[in-house]
Amino acid sequence: MNLILTIAWTHVRYRARQTLVAILGVMTGVGFSIMMAAMMEGSQDDFIKTLVDALPHISVTDELRQPTRQPAEMTYAAVEFHGLTPEVRRPGIKNPFATIASLQTWVAGALTPSVQSKAVLRFAGRNLTVSIIGIDPRTEADVSNLATHMKQGTLKSLYRSSNAILLGDRLANKIGARVNSNITLASAEGATMSSTVVGTFHTGFRVTDETTGYVLLKTAQILEKQTGIVNEIRVRTSDPMQARLISERIGEQTGYKSISWQEAQEDLLSAITLRNVLMYTIVGAILLVASFGTYNIISTITHEKTRDIAILKSLGFRDQTIRAIFILEALLVGLVGAALGWVLGYLLTRGLASLEFKTPFSDYNHLPVLYSAKHYLLATGVALFSSLIAGYFPARAAARLHPVDIIRGAT
Amino acid sequence: MSTALIEARKVTKILGGIVPVTLVQDITLSIMPREFIAITGPSGSGKSSLLYLLGLLDLPTSGDVLIDGRSTTGMTEGERAEVRLSRLGFVFQFHFLLPEFTITENVALPMRALAKLSPRAITARAEELLASLGLDDHRHKTPDQLSGGQRQRVAVARALANDPPVILADEPTGSLDSAATTQVFGILRDLVALRGKTVVAVTHDLHLASQMHRQIRIVDGRLADDEPVVAPGTPS
Repeated sequence: MNLILTIAWTHVRYRARQTLVAILGVMTGVGFSIMMAAMMEGSQDDFIKTLVDALPHISVTDELRQPTRQPAEMTYAAVEFHGLTPEVRRPGIKNPFATIASLQTWVAGALTPSVQSKAVLRFAGRNLTVSIIGIDPRTEADVSNLATHMKQGTLKSLYRSSNAILLGDRLANKIGARVNSNITLASAEGATMSSTVVGTFHTGFRVTDETTGYVLLKTAQILEKQTGIVNEIRVRTSDPMQARLISERIGEQTGYKSISWQEAQEDLLSAITLRNVLMYTIVGAILLVASFGTYNIISTITHEKTRDIAILKSLGFRDQTIRAIFILEALLVGLVGAALGWVLGYLLTRGLASLEFKTPFSDYNHLPVLYSAKHYLLATGVALFSSLIAGYFPARAAARLHPVDIIRGAT
Repeated sequence: MSTALIEARKVTKILGGIVPVTLVQDITLSIMPREFIAITGPSGSGKSSLLYLLGLLDLPTSGDVLIDGRSTTGMTEGERAEVRLSRLGFVFQFHFLLPEFTITENVALPMRALAKLSPRAITARAEELLASLGLDDHRHKTPDQLSGGQRQRVAVARALANDPPVILADEPTGSLDSAATTQVFGILRDLVALRGKTVVAVTHDLHLASQMHRQIRIVDGRLADDEPVVAPGTPS
């Protein structure tokens, strides 16, 4: 074994209890850091995945980002209007199917037209306001997971009867409706229709399952009292992370308001970034505290070993050799602590993932965690760096010892 | 005429502080091969300080120490360490062995630091040195399992590890009983007589000093006497 390693190993081995405490400190720091990173990034990934799955990656609507410029504004430079609200009655996307065909030539992914509407649902004496979404069952499966969320019936069940509707299972339970129940829908535009429940779905999100119904495009157009209207084109991109860029390009091409999922959830994504900053700060602090233990043990060893340091230097050991011995001791503590921390971190993460809990917002009853080599390497890197710093200062002090001072003191 | 192994030229050592203390003043001397030298003098006269200066453990305030005719004044700490490792061996009043290592490992340390021999050769040489000093049966023991005299013999073996021409000893028998003193002194004498080493030993014991080839007497940091007692090479 290398001489430096031999001496370093002997020093830490002969101070088993102190070394063990320092190792436990690093182990705890690394273990909890791994667990925290797994939990935070797991929940973040799960959240983003759910968002990406539940929402269209891009939503192109017939709304305008800015009110149309008024004729007076265009004529006179001195005229300026503020606080104008765009028209309430939505005009719909012009030539929606031609627009979709045009976008399909370059957008990597799937597109489908839809109609967004609000209506009052009446059944068994109960009135509930619900969101009605008109869809094309043939292309809906390409842009959303609705087909996989069906509990009863299928998307094609919408063709089974006129004015057929698919209800969220919580909504159906709330009003007591079942498949084949006849409900009444009354839109804000004054249209009223009798509709047959042909299926139920369950997305796992309470808000959606409690307030949403899917109908055919044509049915939604009748509710909006606008034949042929399509007020939204939903896009599912092959790479969800490219949604923002594609959305901007669609907006430029069509002139309509095109919103990517990132833009729609900007506040939440900012909150996630902030959460990550907090997480890594806390993880760093945990490992820093752990390094105090390492500093303590290396400091103690150098203090106890001043005589040995003096004798090694008198024998002809160089300053850098002495420094390397104590830095290596700190790294040994850091390395063994990190290795044990991996095991602890993994077990803690497993334990956390197995905990069951209930949330009113979704069906998930296990904490999502992410097992990533990055977390292990990052925690180890920070732990070793902290150990290096913790060992460096006592090591430097040891290397600076003047052997004569120590030998005189001993004689 | 052979070159001096160690040469001090007007060496002075002053400890700085509010009141500077002169430890060694203006000493000039030469140490030749196969000499057995005693440095004597009253307590606090500067004997050990002179030895540390000759052994490059300390830097002179002025003057120069030459090893094998080479000035050490401009040397870096690394170069000085290299000279200590290969050309000088040290024995102190207390054995200063590393307590966690066996005595074989202790003797092997300077050889491992010099890294000129293979690990197997280092162990073989360490065991051979221990055997030559009568410690063959103890080679797997740690220092705390040995008597004071045995530990000091291990310290001598360690000083000899890299086969340096000069052994510098600071009160090597100072903490030993009379039997161990006789034994250790005999070993040092044999190093000169049988192995051709030069031994420079600081001692209070005038009886031992009188059995050495040359006696350097230091008083108040100055060289008071430097005279041969017995001709070099003559068995004491």
